[in-house]
Order: sequence, then C-alpha cells, then structure tokens
Amino acid sequence: MSTRTLVSPAALARPRGKALYWTVFTGVVVLFALAFLFPVYWMVTGAAKSPDEVARTPPTLVPKHWHLSGYTDAWDLMQLPQHLWNTVVQAAGAWLFQLVFCTAAAYALSRLRPAFGKVVLGGILATLMVPAQALVVPKYLTVADLPLIHTSLLNDPLAIWLPAVANAFNLYLLKRFFDQLPADVLEAAEIDGAGKLRILWSIVLPMSRPVLGVVSIFALVAVWQDFLWPLMVFSDTDEQPISVALVQLSQNIQLTVLIAAMVIASIPMVALFLVFQRHIIAGIGAGSTKG
Amino acid sequence: MTKTAARRPAEAIAVRPVRAPSPVGGRGRRRLADQLRAYGFLLGGLLCFAVFSWYPAIRAVVIAFQKYTPGSEPEWVGTANFTRVLHDPEFTAAWRNTLTFTLLALLIGFAIPFLLALVLNELRHAKAFFRVVVYLPVMIPPVVSALLWKWFYDPGAGLANEALRFAHLPTSNWSNGADTALVSLVIVATWANLGGTVLIYLAALQSIPGELYEAAELDGATLLQRVRHVTIPQTRFVVLMLMLLQIIATMQVFTEPFVITGGGPENATVTVLYLIYKYAFLYNDFGGACALSVMLLVLLGLFSAVYLRLTRSEGDA
Repeated sequence: MSTRTLVSPAALARPRGKALYWTVFTGVVVLFALAFLFPVYWMVTGAAKSPDEVARTPPTLVPKHWHLSGYTDAWDLMQLPQHLWNTVVQAAGAWLFQLVFCTAAAYALSRLRPAFGKVVLGGILATLMVPAQALVVPKYLTVADLPLIHTSLLNDPLAIWLPAVANAFNLYLLKRFFDQLPADVLEAAEIDGAGKLRILWSIVLPMSRPVLGVVSIFALVAVWQDFLWPLMVFSDTDEQPISVALVQLSQNIQLTVLIAAMVIASIPMVALFLVFQRHIIAGIGAGSTKG
Repeated sequence: MTKTAARRPAEAIAVRPVRAPSPVGGRGRRRLADQLRAYGFLLGGLLCFAVFSWYPAIRAVVIAFQKYTPGSEPEWVGTANFTRVLHDPEFTAAWRNTLTFTLLALLIGFAIPFLLALVLNELRHAKAFFRVVVYLPVMIPPVVSALLWKWFYDPGAGLANEALRFAHLPTSNWSNGADTALVSLVIVATWANLGGTVLIYLAALQSIPGELYEAAELDGATLLQRVRHVTIPQTRFVVLMLMLLQIIATMQVFTEPFVITGGGPENATVTVLYLIYKYAFLYNDFGGACALSVMLLVLLGLFSAVYLRLTRSEGDA
C-alpha cells in the first residue's frame, strides 16, 4: 500500500535501521513540539498568568495561579465580540460573493463559450501576475471613490466583499474543475430541457463539492488573515476586524490581556483547520503539484 | 473568433443532416441569445475584476505621473514623483531591506522546509500529527504571530533571550537592534509560513515513483546519492516554482515590520510596501505611493512572467 521512498523497507527492518529510525522519529517529534507547539503553548498559558508573573525572569513554565481574568478582560475591554462579529460578517460576505459570482463566471467561461472568452480569461489570469499587495493604494483610491457612481465604500463591509470576487486563483480553480466534468451528463440535461441556470445549480454544483470546499476555505482564511487591506479601508474603530483592532489596541493594553486577545483571535481559524485538516492538507498538496 | 470560424465547416457536415433546416437568421439570433446568457453569468465577476483589478492597475500608472490629492483635480507633473521618491533616503533603505529580507527568507525558508519534508516523508508513524503541527502556525493569523514574536523578542522577559540564557549563550537585541532586526523578522516570517511549503514538498516527494529509488539502490547508490540523483531532479520543478512564488510573496512583506518594529530601528526594517503605505497614509502623497507601486509592480511582474513561462513550458513537455 505504502509506496517506496528514499529509504528502503528492508533497511528499516534491520536492527540498526530500526534504532536509527526511532532516533530520528523522536528528534522530529521534539523539534516539532519545541518549534511549533511550544510558542502556542506559551501564548495560551501566558494569557493565564498574572501581570507580574508574565514579566518575571526566569519565566515560569506553568502559571502559578491560573487567571482567567486576562481572557475576560480581553473580551470586555477590547470589545472583542464586536471585532469578531465584524470579521465574521466580512469573511462570510466575501465567501458568499465569491461563491456566487466566481462560480457563475467560471461556469460561463468553461461551458457557455462567450465571445472573447479567451480574452476575458487571459485578462483574469493576467491579474495573477500583478501582485495584489503592490496595487493596494490605487485599489484604495478606487474603493474610496467608485468610478461612474462616485460612492465611497470605506468603512463598509462591501469594501471587502466586492474586491474579494476579483480572485483569479479561485476562479481559475473552479473553471478547471468545471472543464473536467463529463460533457455527456451536461448534454443529457440540456436535451431534457434544463436551462443553463438549472444545469449549474442541479448538476454542476453538486458534482463540484470538493472544489467548492477548497474555494470556501481559501476565501474564509484569506479574509480572516488579511491585515493591510482592512487597515486601509476601516478607519472607523467600530468596523475594524479583529486583526486590525489587535494591532491598534496593542500599544495601550496590559500584556496579559493582549495575549489573551491574541489567543481568542486565533481560535476560529485553528478550529476550522482542526475540523477540516484532512481536506485542507490534501487540497494544498493537490492544488500545487498539478499546476 | 477565428477558431469558431474554423470549426464551422466540420459542424455543418456533422450536424446538418440531423437538425431540421432552420430559417436564415434563426441561428444568428440563437447565438446572440446564447451570448447574452453567457455574459449574464459572467457579468458580476467581470465587473469586480474590471473595477478592483484592471482599473487600479491602470490607475497606478496614471497617478504615478500626477499630483494626486483625493477630492481635488489631479495635476500632471511628469516624472516628478519618481525623482522625489528616488531621492528619498528611505527609498534606498527600503529596497535594500526588502531585497535582503527576500534573500534571507530564501536561504532560511527554502532549505529548511525541503529537509523537513524529506525527513517527514520517511517517517511511517504519526503522519497526520506532523502535518497538522507543521501547518498550525500558518492558520494563526499573521497579526497574531507577529505580536507573539514581538513579545518573544522583548529585551526584558522575552522568550528568545530566556532561551539563550538557558543555553548559556549571549543574549541578543533581536528585533530591537539595527543589525539583527531584519533577521529577526525573517525568522518570524519563516516560522509562520513554512508549513505550506513543507506540505507542498511532501506532495511532490510522494509523487516520485518508488521504482526509481529501487533501481538506484540496485545500482549501488548510497542514501545521499539517491537524494542527489533521484529526489532533487524529480522535485526540481516544484522547488523552482515555490522559490519564485516565495520571492514574489516576501517582496511584498508588510505585516511583520509594521507590527513588530514599525520600520525601525533607524529604518533597518522599512520595506518597499511599508514605504508605499507611509507615502499614502502618512505623507498623503498618493503620486509618490503610486510611483513606488509601479516600480515594485514592474520588478514583481518580471518574476511572475518567469514563473508563468516556466509553468507553461513544463505543461507542454
């Protein structure tokens, strides 16, 4: 079942091979625990220490007394419910807008043969070459004063939702998946008299669950993790997502409270990851090597 | 357009005998209806791309040659924005820092994930555990990992110096010293992003056919020779791709310097994107910000072109 790798199974079966294997294995476990788990542990326990204890040298490995006040203070003082809610609204909207407009556009480009479809696709793929961050300033100016209708989207979740649709990577992922769907099934539906929207809704989308899952996760994570764009767009504190609020408030707040807020800000994405880890990890591997 | 024209004769031969002859123009009208429907599906996405991707790209170039203040009429100023930005002492610092950052990130963030993936691929136990743990920092919001490491680098009770003291090593100024700040930020970025690279390398390693290793072993190749002559050539393409993607990503670094050092000490960590941000939101100089953006855009566009060229040529082969 398992494929042959660099080291042969025969070599691993020998006593010396076995000993070496378990040494390396233990080394990697220790390394991973120290490098990746310990910082997270330090953060979660740091928030539970008293302000005195957290500043003590040498530090305590386990909090002497577990204070939950760091967490409750963060929740109340830093208005975390408000900022978390803002982030949820921004992420959910971006996800929904992407799902509706990107799937529709990908379906059109993949199956409906629009005139100049190649040109449109080329224009979309060209945006992959233009690094998004390098264009934040003109994008900001555009959002502050939309062309033709001259409306400002600043401090409005639409400033996150609409630009999120212009995601060439997700659109291309969807298009490529739609390209590979069996043509005879779609033709059969057409002969049965189903309209294009009906075909998209009842046949294409149910067959595309895996790719829709990947795109959904990418869309949610991207908004939750973003910093520079929301920092520019939301000057109004009440509208800021958690990432911006954390940085803005980090200057004037007690260390333990800030650390507690950092833990709380991380929980949703880490939880999402732990729940969907199989799909996420498989998606990263598959998406990258096939390209 | 030429493609549809070329397809038509074949279609005519195949389809005509089956279909009832339609009145002239009916087909044209059908096509128009099809096109309208297709563009109906495309419209939302197309508008978003036009307004939030294509238009800002053109605008960056236009504003780079203008004196631009929101709310008032823009003024053409020729290349004044470029000369002003070029003479800013921060400009040289920002480019030097960004290029150094990219180079260091490549040295650290490139060999380590490859070695980790190589070792992980050989481990037959707790596979899922390793993959989850290595990817965990990627799922922590970048702002949180930046603030976390800012705390670690704290000269007082920071974990980084505590660890050095524990190992009886001299302590460091980390992100607070002009000569160590940039490296400290590279460590943060590597810690936060390495998981994704490791997982991609792992997928590439798993796609290497086992027979290659078997054949090499039969020929008497040692472990290192197998790495050198089987693993590296087989993964060369993925490695190259990730290298380019990493260059493009790290040249746009912003969160770490903004959160951890604020560009200091003594401009040691001002990056190009940070400088763009400063021009726009601190100096209110959008012309200068766009001039800088255009320079960054051209350089990164070149890297992207190489990337696309490579992916395409590999696809043809």
